[in-house]
Amino acid sequence: MKINGLRALALASATSVAALAGSAANAVEIEYWQYFFDARVAAMEQLIENFQAANPDITVTMTHFPYADYRTKVAAAIPAGEGPDVVQLFYGWLNDYVQAELIQPLPADVFPAATIDEEFFPMVQAMKEGDQYWALPTAVRSLALFYNERLMEEAGVEPPTTLDELLAAAAAMTKRDGAGNITQVGMTAGMTAQDHHWWREGLVRQMGGEPYTDDYQTVNYNTDAGLKALEFYTDMFMGENPVTAVGFMDEPQAAFKAGLAGMHIDGSFRIGSLADIRGLKWGVTELPATADGVRSNYSSYWVNAITTKAEGEKYDAAVKFMDYVSSDEAMQIWLDVVGELPAKPSVGMTEENANDPVFGPFIRGLEYAHTTKFADESGQRQLMVEMVERMQLEGMSAADSIAIAAEAEQKLLDEYYGE
Amino acid sequence: MKLYRDLTIRQKKIVWAWGFLAIPVLFYCVVRFYPTGNAILISFQDWNLLGARTWTGLDNYKKLFGDPVFWKVFKNTFVYLLLGTPVSLVISFVIAYHLDKIRFMHGFLRMLYFLPFMTSAVAMAWVWRWFYQPVPIGLFNNFLASIGIPQISFLNSTSNALPSILAPAVWAGLGFQIIIFMAGLRAIPKSYYEAARIDGVSTWTVLWEITLPLLKPTIVFIVVFSSIGFLRIFDHVYNMTTQNPGGPLNATKPLVLMIYQTAFSSFDMGYAAAQTVVLFLVLLAVSLLQLRIMRDR
Repeated sequence: MKINGLRALALASATSVAALAGSAANAVEIEYWQYFFDARVAAMEQLIENFQAANPDITVTMTHFPYADYRTKVAAAIPAGEGPDVVQLFYGWLNDYVQAELIQPLPADVFPAATIDEEFFPMVQAMKEGDQYWALPTAVRSLALFYNERLMEEAGVEPPTTLDELLAAAAAMTKRDGAGNITQVGMTAGMTAQDHHWWREGLVRQMGGEPYTDDYQTVNYNTDAGLKALEFYTDMFMGENPVTAVGFMDEPQAAFKAGLAGMHIDGSFRIGSLADIRGLKWGVTELPATADGVRSNYSSYWVNAITTKAEGEKYDAAVKFMDYVSSDEAMQIWLDVVGELPAKPSVGMTEENANDPVFGPFIRGLEYAHTTKFADESGQRQLMVEMVERMQLEGMSAADSIAIAAEAEQKLLDEYYGE
Repeated sequence: MKLYRDLTIRQKKIVWAWGFLAIPVLFYCVVRFYPTGNAILISFQDWNLLGARTWTGLDNYKKLFGDPVFWKVFKNTFVYLLLGTPVSLVISFVIAYHLDKIRFMHGFLRMLYFLPFMTSAVAMAWVWRWFYQPVPIGLFNNFLASIGIPQISFLNSTSNALPSILAPAVWAGLGFQIIIFMAGLRAIPKSYYEAARIDGVSTWTVLWEITLPLLKPTIVFIVVFSSIGFLRIFDHVYNMTTQNPGGPLNATKPLVLMIYQTAFSSFDMGYAAAQTVVLFLVLLAVSLLQLRIMRDR
């Protein structure tokens, strides 16, 4: 009897759930996943609210995880059919997801490749295969030079616009104690932070090189340009009058936050954490150009994609949602709430945004930014770190060290692309 | 029910024994043996956690034995073991030996030595990491600079980094080893020492002929215990070198950290599993060797 009672209860609840689902007529519920970061979640909540107001028959549920677990959780959930319909991924992971057939291409009628090519900043084309886009970003990031206004004033220098001015300003802001130990750096350095991007897509290109060829499958920085870029970089801390020290105050951004570094290259995502530092007066300027005015920058982004789990009406809802989060309106909200840069010039290059004292330098940098297609970002960064360490700790020449790095990175790329 | 009633007492005892044993056995099968078997299986496959697993035969192992980083890491792991175990053994014995002799503030001193063992390894690693920084924030280097001695690169050096990381790891484990040694010392019957005193034997002879031989089981236990600990060292290394894990130039990277990086930052599960199998075999060999020594006693 008891068992029968339980069964009846289960049946009753099942029917009531069914009734509940039925009463919402043809409501579709889709699931969206991203990693947890306060401002990103707040911005997405706002976007979802706007989207649901415009599409009352669609409900979007957002799930977020701490960044540390995000990649593994997404990777485990989607193949198990438990995951999201629309998912946020780092652009560098896309290849793995495409190959594993976990995401599906965006429909060409809503997202025609030609229009996207025209409307978005050019680095977004890394998401295109043939004439189909696999994913689109709402916002993008680029690098710029942060400077400490107080230290600049004290040393009597202006924010640099060229690499030579950068070195001169850094030298003016470097301080030493009686024994010659650096107690304040003119400029931060460390391949472990953002410098490996600055070196690859910035310095190497500015010296006239091209870091990779063959769609980032062939290493191409073991050249004169690469060598010049490496020597420029290492001279900052290994030259006769070093203006920086690797590992100063443990990490570059800490030194800058503490007010003991004159300048610091970092991404637009750093703006938020610098805004709250008391007593730190800072400004931003574009990455310095060469004497001939050549500029180059690195850009990265997170994209939204539709997973293979979304089918039928959920797929249609997911497409509508993708369309909204890639719209101009969504990009402006994302900029205002998160501080990440719009992915379209039509939003980014507005008079107001492009001349913003903080966002402006980053947004202007997008026009000449390149996006590295990484096979294994941390692995490839590690090779840059070691390239400098071999020179600094083992006294190897720049030419030998860059050759070892290029060979090792080529091997990594070959393994990844399965050659 | 009837089946159980028909059993003899002896058989019932067996049923009960297995009834209780079933829980840990099941637990072990699910959380130990199944993943272990699976890891061995994955080590023969290529898998990035997303796509399908494909068989690659011995490729992962071939890659492993041809990888200079692996051999560097393998060597580091044994440097941690061969440097860490004897050093911590000698220091903890010396401290325990003398601590055992004093009565004044005995409990307080013992607490001081034991405290690091109870501290979180992560917190400790970060504090030591800051101690080791160059001027203007590093405690040690600020001190050196203030008395006019050139700075020492503790962590940013291929030769100093490993001992610098090992030092706090040894210090953290001391408390436990001291307590075990003191228990061992207390367990030696007083009558041996009294007999030695009557015979007028020197302190050194007492130490060599009575204390150390009778401490052998304690020493073997500590050696086994700390060897496994040093072979699996991870938290100290990872937290003291987070931006460049195991660096500079892999000078501090132990096997466990290499496995972690291969699996969760390069997402090369097959290769990571192959490394795990090698670590497993090393741990097995070391443990079996030490168990043999213990049996010889």
